[in-house]
Amino acid sequence: MSALDRGVRRSRRAPLLTQLALGTGILAVLVVSGATGPAEVSPLDAGRVILGHLLPGAPWMSDGSLTRLQDQAVWQFRLPRTLLAGLAGAGLALAGALMQAAVRNPLAEPYVLGVSAGAGLGAVAVITLGSAAVAGLPLSGAAFLGALAATAAVALLSRHHGMLAPTRMILTGVALGSLLSALTSYLTLTTEAQNVFGVLFFLLGSVSAASMERLAVPAVALLAVSLFALARARALNALLAGDETATALGVPVHRLRGQLIVAASLLTGAVVAVSGGIGFVGLVVPHTARILVGADHRRMLPVTVLAGAFFLMAADLLARTVAAPTEIPLGIVTAVVGAPCFLWLIRRGRAARAGMPR
Amino acid sequence: MNVVLDRVSVVVGGRTVVHEASLRVESGRFLGLVGPNGSGKSTLLRALYRVLRPHSGTVRLAGDDAWRLPPREVARRVAVLTQESGADFDLDVIDVVLLGRLPHHGGFGGDSDRDLALVTRALERVGATALADRPFAALSGGERQRVLLARALVQESQVLVLDEPTNHLDIAFQLELMRLVGGLGVTTVAALHDLNLAAAHCDVIAVLRDGRVTAFGPPEDVLTPEVIHDVFGVRAHLLRHPVDGRPLIAFSDDAPVVPPHQEHIP
Repeated sequence: MSALDRGVRRSRRAPLLTQLALGTGILAVLVVSGATGPAEVSPLDAGRVILGHLLPGAPWMSDGSLTRLQDQAVWQFRLPRTLLAGLAGAGLALAGALMQAAVRNPLAEPYVLGVSAGAGLGAVAVITLGSAAVAGLPLSGAAFLGALAATAAVALLSRHHGMLAPTRMILTGVALGSLLSALTSYLTLTTEAQNVFGVLFFLLGSVSAASMERLAVPAVALLAVSLFALARARALNALLAGDETATALGVPVHRLRGQLIVAASLLTGAVVAVSGGIGFVGLVVPHTARILVGADHRRMLPVTVLAGAFFLMAADLLARTVAAPTEIPLGIVTAVVGAPCFLWLIRRGRAARAGMPR
Repeated sequence: MNVVLDRVSVVVGGRTVVHEASLRVESGRFLGLVGPNGSGKSTLLRALYRVLRPHSGTVRLAGDDAWRLPPREVARRVAVLTQESGADFDLDVIDVVLLGRLPHHGGFGGDSDRDLALVTRALERVGATALADRPFAALSGGERQRVLLARALVQESQVLVLDEPTNHLDIAFQLELMRLVGGLGVTTVAALHDLNLAAAHCDVIAVLRDGRVTAFGPPEDVLTPEVIHDVFGVRAHLLRHPVDGRPLIAFSDDAPVVPPHQEHIP
């Protein structure tokens, strides 16, 4: 087979298999997490509850084979939190991928660009000072606004001759992030002891407060930003080659960069507002997707979204089982499980770069 | 497609890097820009491929102002080989070449059979078929240049812009690249450092000094020992190529102690 055939074949088949595997994994985690918890529900029954709510008139919903408690446990508690974990993982991973492309830096992610720090300060201000201190906003609203304000500040401070300068954005984001984190730490240290636990849980991330109603905003944000990004997948590829090359290929580079930052920040804000500051996902999942299917955005973006969802859903399952009945914050699980996996992958990835088959 | 620059001035960071440059290349001809480092060659090219907007003057592609056309339309008319290689993320070679189809698609749509056929032909033409499934970042300088040229070819443009295309290339590929480009039949504008390469392959030459076009015409009229001495500050001797009779320039280092136009590189 010629090198050309191999290249074409890889670009068309590899992502399909990966997507299929991730999709299966997502369904499996949904069912297993539906069957995990204090109220006893078998995986089969968990699957039946989920299907029963989706298919009108499913016979097993009314024949008495499922108790009311089982139905509630799966549909009102376990499913929403697993779905929220999935939405948050997909959203943060996609936001990370877009930021990495926008500033052409593999280290970019919502944390590095100060977005998460802004959300954290907003949320912690509500927890420690009460929502009256932030114009009566609820916690999620304050977190969302904090994320947007941080993004706007980074964008304004890193403008150079009216354009967003990528390296400046990263440095500005890191500096502003430190400043905001310092304020958050101060608020945490000076607040009453009973608030500290809530602060830590928000800063490290948790989806335990999920309900079906709270899924709507992050779901809409994820869908909108996914469509936006996929429609520009080729232009994102051109951005990887450099600003001049992208311009020469007809891409309006500065406008696209601005749009990407805004889209990624809105998505991050929408997610962090309901799930807290879950770290690591935005940085690591996009790179994992690149290692799996290559850096072409037409292939890596769908894999990034699916892998982000799968990763955080599995992490949440671990977060509420390993130390049951106590729950561990999600951010701790993502880092403890994710870091070793990722370290192993990048060593493999380096081998691939040296010309070994991916 | 002809390319006309009409009194183009470009200001970068408050400094006028190109002063009222006027040039004209007819359809299918090869224009070489020569001049010392910092004389404004690359900047002039950037005004042509829409990276730096001219402070004044116009760039016309087949009569249309390049800065009034939509960016994508300019990309369909002009393909560029920049000096930028950019690669912290790895795209495979085939994906890099497929980027050349961007001005014709945009968006998510898959690659058509025609896209792949164009890529196949372009890779054959530049002798890089065997590289198709390699990561671009793992290639040598010369291999990269072949791949980037293939990308420019699949863009199917009528104008080709090359910014010092032979930098870091071995002599065999320098000659191969110039022959390849010359054989495309498209209007070509190239910044070149090697005066002999320019003399051998260009139909017209523009000499830049301190951002101004100081000489413009066929190589034999422009690349004279006087002009070369004046612009580069070195002594040049005009010879004839022993095989094809083209002008050949030899340099000697008995240059004056203080070159007449010494550069100031900050």
